[in-house]
Amino acid sequence: MTKLVVIDYGMGNLHSVGKALEHINTSVDVSITADPLKIHEAERLIFPGVGAIRDCMAEIRRLEIDTLLREARKEKPILGICVGMQAMMDYSEENNGVECIGLFPGKVRRFPEGQRDANGDLLKVPHMGWNQVEQGIAHPMWNNIPDKSHFYFVHSYYVTPDTNKDNSAVVAGLSEYPQAFCSALAAENIFAVQFHPEKSQDCGLQLLKNFITWDGKA
Amino acid sequence: MSLTKRIIPCLDCENGRVVKGVKFVDIRDAGDPVEVSKRYCEQGADEITFLDITASHEGRETTIHTVQDIASQVFIPLTVGGGIRTLEDIRQMLNAGADKVAINTSAVLNPEFVKQAAERFGSQCIVVAIDAKQVSSGQEPLRWEIFTHGGRKATGLDAVQWAKKMVDYGAGEILLTSMDRDGTKNGFDLALNRAISEAVPVPVIASGGVGNLQHLVDGIQEGKVDAVLAASIFHFGEYSIPEAKAYMREKGICVR
Repeated sequence: MTKLVVIDYGMGNLHSVGKALEHINTSVDVSITADPLKIHEAERLIFPGVGAIRDCMAEIRRLEIDTLLREARKEKPILGICVGMQAMMDYSEENNGVECIGLFPGKVRRFPEGQRDANGDLLKVPHMGWNQVEQGIAHPMWNNIPDKSHFYFVHSYYVTPDTNKDNSAVVAGLSEYPQAFCSALAAENIFAVQFHPEKSQDCGLQLLKNFITWDGKA
Repeated sequence: MSLTKRIIPCLDCENGRVVKGVKFVDIRDAGDPVEVSKRYCEQGADEITFLDITASHEGRETTIHTVQDIASQVFIPLTVGGGIRTLEDIRQMLNAGADKVAINTSAVLNPEFVKQAAERFGSQCIVVAIDAKQVSSGQEPLRWEIFTHGGRKATGLDAVQWAKKMVDYGAGEILLTSMDRDGTKNGFDLALNRAISEAVPVPVIASGGVGNLQHLVDGIQEGKVDAVLAASIFHFGEYSIPEAKAYMREKGICVR
């Protein structure tokens, strides 16, 4: 049984990620925990997150999950989801500015309010609902997922990776609201998504399936 | 590529059963909310809203089990409403697998509850449900007020101002029901939906009055809402979700 840890730092409901994993693969041993030993022993990690970044980062630092992730990124596949993806960047504009883990150079910015679409309709913030993801690169995590599939999003902030630095990640998925934004990032062992695969029906479940078998190589 | 407009079937449940039933030809138990949710999900529903009308305390336990069962088999967002009064109620529902909770009467009785809920669990999972009724008449400018107790009790609160206040307090989404239209099959109250959708930055879900597929289109194009919620037109097999989506697409609406 492959050992998978969903990192639990007390922010929000992680049961849906666990339930989705159980649904797709009964031979995976899922623990939802912040225990450093279990995180260390796990063969793969899921790093989710909901809520405000200041509270998330406070718990991440208190539980030393930032250090654990920095170590783990060299060793095993990691999937970041939503605020988990945002926390991997250097810095977020949310809550008047918060320093994040800094696995990748780049900032997290807020969608401007009051933007309108081509029909003149107000574009709401949070960006909530199903939007398409254009696959920026070929990647094992996109296996059996058609390009421009719909995934479920709920977020007001999005990542803007600085792709010119040494330790930069590659934009693996792009979505539009109405400007293009990065909805998936890839770097070595890490794949991070802004949407919620556990709530994105078949395509989302396929992404989780791909993660269970991914060897961490692009 | 753009954000699609959502179709949300709503299940009214009492003691763990869908009330009034749902007519799917090929379903074993049309009163089972898990079976019904699965079927809607397979048909392409964008979310499910589960409205609990159970009164008794024992019934609440049943509801929690039902939410658990739905959440372990349906992998699209699930909103649970009805009887959400305390932070503990919200915690229980989220732990059972709900992604969002809808707060209605408790928000009117105690607006601070919405603030506390959003601070504790995040705005993304706090939906404020608003039941509004037109109170202006004749040539007066249109005005709506908030009503509670199934539309029987006036509160004197202006619906547009209330929606804005709820968003300031942390509501991440508004579920807006017109008490004038609910159950009529005459279509959404488009002026009400537009007034609120244009007044708040968060998504608005229109509810109350859907009788045909054009009503869904009107809600989005005229009412300017982000999502449409309906019960009976889907439950009784008048229209399926793929039919609704095909019709909306034909009318130029972006759907999944």
